[in-house]
Amino acid sequence: MSRRTVYMDHSATTPVREEVVEAMLPFYHELFGNPSSIHAPGRTVRRAVEEAREKTALALGAEPGEIFFTAGGTESNNITLRGAAKKRGEPGHIITSSIEHHAVLDVCSELAAEGHRVTFLPVDQYGRVSIDQLQEAITPDTFLISIMAANNEIGTLQPISAIGEVARERKILFHTDAVQIAGQLPIDLKKLNVDFLSLSAHKFNGPKGIGALYVRKGAKVTPLYSGGGQERKLRPGTENVPGIVGLSRAMELAVAEIKDKKKRLEALRYKMITGLMAIDETILNGHPEERLPNNVNVSFKHVEGEAVLLSLDLEGIAASSGSACSSGSLDPSHVLRAIGLDHPTAHGSIRFSLGWGNTEEDVDYLLEVIPRVVNNLRRISPTYRTNGSRKE
Amino acid sequence: MKGAYLDNSATTPPHPEVLDLMSRVQEQFFGNPSAIHYKGIEAKRIITAARRQVANVLGVREQEIIFTSGGTEANNLAICGAARRNRKRGDHLVTTAFEHHSTINCFRYLEKEGFRASYLPVDASGMIDLEMLQHEIGPATTLVSIIHVNNEIGTILPLTAIGRIIKTKNPRTLFHVDAVQSFARLTLDPEGWQADLISCSSHKIHGPKGAGCLWVKRGTPLDPLLHGGGQEAGLRSGTENTAALAGFGLAARISGSAQGKKETAFVTLKRTFLKRLEESGIDFSVNGPEPEKAAPHIINLAFPGIKAEMLLHALEEKQVYVSAGSACHSRHPEPSHVLKAIGLKDDLLTGSLRFSFSILNDLDEITLAAKETTDAVEYLRSLFK
Ligand SMILES: Cc1ncc(COP(=O)(O)O)c(C=O)c1O
Ligand SMILES: Cc1ncc(COP(=O)(O)O)c(C=O)c1O
Repeated sequence: MSRRTVYMDHSATTPVREEVVEAMLPFYHELFGNPSSIHAPGRTVRRAVEEAREKTALALGAEPGEIFFTAGGTESNNITLRGAAKKRGEPGHIITSSIEHHAVLDVCSELAAEGHRVTFLPVDQYGRVSIDQLQEAITPDTFLISIMAANNEIGTLQPISAIGEVARERKILFHTDAVQIAGQLPIDLKKLNVDFLSLSAHKFNGPKGIGALYVRKGAKVTPLYSGGGQERKLRPGTENVPGIVGLSRAMELAVAEIKDKKKRLEALRYKMITGLMAIDETILNGHPEERLPNNVNVSFKHVEGEAVLLSLDLEGIAASSGSACSSGSLDPSHVLRAIGLDHPTAHGSIRFSLGWGNTEEDVDYLLEVIPRVVNNLRRISPTYRTNGSRKE
Repeated sequence: MKGAYLDNSATTPPHPEVLDLMSRVQEQFFGNPSAIHYKGIEAKRIITAARRQVANVLGVREQEIIFTSGGTEANNLAICGAARRNRKRGDHLVTTAFEHHSTINCFRYLEKEGFRASYLPVDASGMIDLEMLQHEIGPATTLVSIIHVNNEIGTILPLTAIGRIIKTKNPRTLFHVDAVQSFARLTLDPEGWQADLISCSSHKIHGPKGAGCLWVKRGTPLDPLLHGGGQEAGLRSGTENTAALAGFGLAARISGSAQGKKETAFVTLKRTFLKRLEESGIDFSVNGPEPEKAAPHIINLAFPGIKAEMLLHALEEKQVYVSAGSACHSRHPEPSHVLKAIGLKDDLLTGSLRFSFSILNDLDEITLAAKETTDAVEYLRSLFK
């Protein structure tokens, strides 16, 4: 069967690039040692881990000592939020947004249950938080602001640099979940006033199960795990060496190609949005400009997003409704509700996320398939008829 | 590799089949296992297969396997998760004095949170006093955490007897076993032990680093450590590392199959090694349990008057790789807490090395290692005469 397959779910996860696999391979074979061992196989591997740390730091404008390897984005977020709260000791106030990933939201809810106060800032129709509202939310016991750099569902970018200014002025720790932006848009930690930044390799053509946490020198958190002294005690456990090497190589490649990739993806995105918006009663979710170069999120009115997804899947196109990790649930996404979509419209939303390997032909194929899919589903939709909208 | 890699309790070289499978998975099945499209479903299927393989080796239901990033995380999830979740019922936790640091340090951390912890002492062979265990467990004891095979000296703890004591004294006390050093090498008996939680790690059984699991018996009350997308039955959020889990599953199957035969092979390796050393006439002694009673793949030897690190580096020049203390702490040259717990004194404390075998070692390597050890010991002794 030579079915055409088009993968447009790069925000859920990405394939690992050949060059990354190549860099990782020796660390499965002859360089399998434990980096904590003091014999030669251990020391060689230790050096590789430290080189990976240097490369990753360089790509982000950080110092090697500020980079800690973790098991992924979820863990980086959990370590920061729980660790900062634990370090503080007494209950205090945390500010986050209502459209964070669950790996931030759910920890915040836990912390609230344990006695901290949490403000979930609202967002506007495009998914942006307001600096004024942030300013107003701050109280004397606010010790942490956690706001994502780019949203995983609608791709909206937050004014991270302005938020950092506020945090610096008010002497509050600032964490940003940069899982979706890393590898897509440049990050220069020298210019940003960020204390903690989370990223995850599998979102930028690196392996799964490995992430990094940037911790600005001087910023302190209590570790989440106890164990051996790995990652300077912040993240104990035998290091996932191939993963660490893979992350740094993927990061290096992404940063080297970031300008070209951005241009290429933005062109594809433009073509896609234009094509999709030509289908009537279709809404673009998220910010028209301040959005990730690879993100397209639309709502087709009068259809169920899941039904569209399944039809697309049969045509070989992989996309997503809501974020991958909650795809199993029937609740409409908290992000789409936060930007004010009503339930039916939220239910009709689809996220297409572009990435490495996507071509103009992929977009052409999608645009050829999707009007048919949406129209077929609308033909059997009760609301589409009663609305008296045009029928085919 | 020329020489002999005898540091398999620190980490093991992955099986070639495991690496093949992992590269195929990484290439073809890269989808996010939570996605509902085809790429997601096929990735999910890979993880389900891995879960079944691990469950089969443990002899438990596959839904009870919670994948983690390794043994440290599994221990943290089990210990912190159980202690915190059951805090209303009690604040007392029990473990031994010679656990892996991922257990000991969890206990220390929980003590700072206000829990009370008992650390059972061990005798010269690494055995705990069962009466003392029975005495320690009370109505407020919510968790007992005991290592199956000690990673430095190879003591095998009598878990069936331990489980019986725990559950007789307080049926609601949860029993966690750190089986990182025994899983897929020795036979594990979750039911016979009456265990509720068991930790395993992939890189110790010729699987990849960055994967492991916690077996959570159905109905065991546990708080997650990581919150987020709700993967792994809500107990361990985070996008699953499909390739590593596939590798872990296959490694479990390969390493765990024909366990009996492999135990015999380990025994032969260990006996040969000791016999060669004895024949050489150098002065050494065995730390911990009698070799025949210990785990067959671990032996810890003391060389009086010699600094372990010097011996380690001398062996390393001959490409014989061993360890002094456990890997995660071997960069900090403090004497091992395990050797201290079994009562070793200064000279032996700093003069001990661990040799740990794997199914990939053969008798030639063992003979070579024994010869190089003899030569190095004689050489070092001649220097300091
Ligand atoms: C914005 C954001 N944060 C955190 C995560 C969690 O990352 P991981 O799945 O690597 O733990 C994701 C992806 O799932 C994400 O999109
Ligand atoms: C007995 C024991 N428990 C736990 C661990 C930790 O496992 P991991 O290295 O996979 O985090 C180890 C190994 O380091 C160990 O030997």
